[in-house]
Amino acid sequence: MSGKRGEERNGREVVSESESARDDRSELLEDLLAGNHRALARTITKIEDRAPGYRELVSDLHAHTGDADVIGITGSPGSGKSTLVDRMAEHYRAEGLTVGIIGIDPSSPFTGGAVLGDRIRMSSTTGDMEVFFRSMSARGSLGGLSTATADAVKALDAFGKDKVIIETVGAGQNEIDIVKTADTVCVLVPPGSGDDVQMLKAGILEIGDLFVVNKADLDGADRTVMELREMIEGRSDRLSTLDADHHDRSDRSDSNGATGEESEGNAAGAHAEELSGDGPVTTVQEQGTDESDEDEEPQPESEPWTPQVLETVAKSGEGVEEFLDTLVAHREYLESSGRLERQLRNRYAEEIRALLREDSSALVERELAARGGIDAYLDRVMDNETDPYAVAEAIVGPLRECVEDRREEE
Amino acid sequence: MSTGQTQRPIRCLVAKVGLDGHDRGAHVIARAFRDAGFEVVYSGLHKSPDEIVQAAVQEDVDVLGISILSGAHNTLVPKIVAGLEEYDAFEDTLIVLGGIIPEEDRPGLEEQGIGAIFGPGASMEEAVEFVRENAPER
Repeated sequence: MSGKRGEERNGREVVSESESARDDRSELLEDLLAGNHRALARTITKIEDRAPGYRELVSDLHAHTGDADVIGITGSPGSGKSTLVDRMAEHYRAEGLTVGIIGIDPSSPFTGGAVLGDRIRMSSTTGDMEVFFRSMSARGSLGGLSTATADAVKALDAFGKDKVIIETVGAGQNEIDIVKTADTVCVLVPPGSGDDVQMLKAGILEIGDLFVVNKADLDGADRTVMELREMIEGRSDRLSTLDADHHDRSDRSDSNGATGEESEGNAAGAHAEELSGDGPVTTVQEQGTDESDEDEEPQPESEPWTPQVLETVAKSGEGVEEFLDTLVAHREYLESSGRLERQLRNRYAEEIRALLREDSSALVERELAARGGIDAYLDRVMDNETDPYAVAEAIVGPLRECVEDRREEE
Repeated sequence: MSTGQTQRPIRCLVAKVGLDGHDRGAHVIARAFRDAGFEVVYSGLHKSPDEIVQAAVQEDVDVLGISILSGAHNTLVPKIVAGLEEYDAFEDTLIVLGGIIPEEDRPGLEEQGIGAIFGPGASMEEAVEFVRENAPER
């Protein structure tokens, strides 16, 4: 679809080139769907490089996706992500499932270079081509990586991988965006990382479906597990506080006993631990009403998922079975609650928005270049002949008019 | 196929093959490549030729750097070359060799398609420059 539009826009010069490009593309797609590993590798390279034609390629992939179970693994450096992923791959292979893994490492912001080391830990399944491991680097382009990751996941999905694992260092917003492309998000926490756990509060705690205290044979594991549990309970308490406040304000008159009690309990935050026993129950009620209020869906989410805290020793395999069982449980929860579909819708919405942002800014960039580039405007702004707002309007205004005209025609 | 308009970094696999535990050289070169702006995948120690081929294919690297100090290059390199050919990956992968390779073995290895051999005393600039100039165009 977008290919056709591109031809129209760019005129005849593109047409002859895109003929052969389309042949290449469909050949690559066919090879990929036929199970050619090299074609899969090439496709991911194109996606990563944003090579010409990659968008059409990803569009073509879309129809073949939707079968893979996508699991995101994040955590601080040295928390044992790669080792756990290796264990997961080993187990899945033993069950006869195929596995695709994307390991993301940071790149140097100065040289763009990177050493991608996640592969080293993949020792159990090495030599097994049914485990497709691909290293990706951040390549300095912050926002773009989550798009590239999502597209690479599509390639692995279309290729027919049963399980797709995204592994990334959890260090900030960027990683959170990446890991959000997964159905199930696991956060690894090394034991004894008291202050690190505090850091996890911001952002990562909200997205984790499973928290894994790996290297649980080390000192301080129990304490870390306890801290995490407390924090998760704090999280659900806090969420219901927000809800309770909201309800309090909007319909204070008929606020029932439960809501009042809950908000009171949270106002005295220090008592959160005592209340933790009946905290989740209240959360269920609150979320239930919230759902039906906002989404107007007939069936409210039956029961929210309470993030699990697990202990593993990935190196010896201890606790890995339980971890995998919990992954399955979460998957089942996603399917039965309808959350999987909702997540997918959200993800597509975000993807569309991201593409729109990217495309419209590229369009505006091109328009700016066609009008002589930004320097000409800068000179006039410097001389106080015009101002930045007026320049933006001068460029975007005509575009807006064109779009409005077109919309009316339709 | 694609034009060079996208600024893609050169992707390399730095590989240790066989029963050879000396990886200082591989580490040094991996770091030099990284500092040169390449994306470097490091294989880890004691990999079999098959594992190297798998990594090179899956990672879709432009350059495969193999470090061998054990003297087994005449056995291991042909296996890697054959594996890459099996996956149609030989043609557009630049293979370079580093480590202890006796002078008399070099012509044979070069004949098999090894782009360059860097022995003791080779400078990092030399290796980086060679890779920059000879990495296959995509």
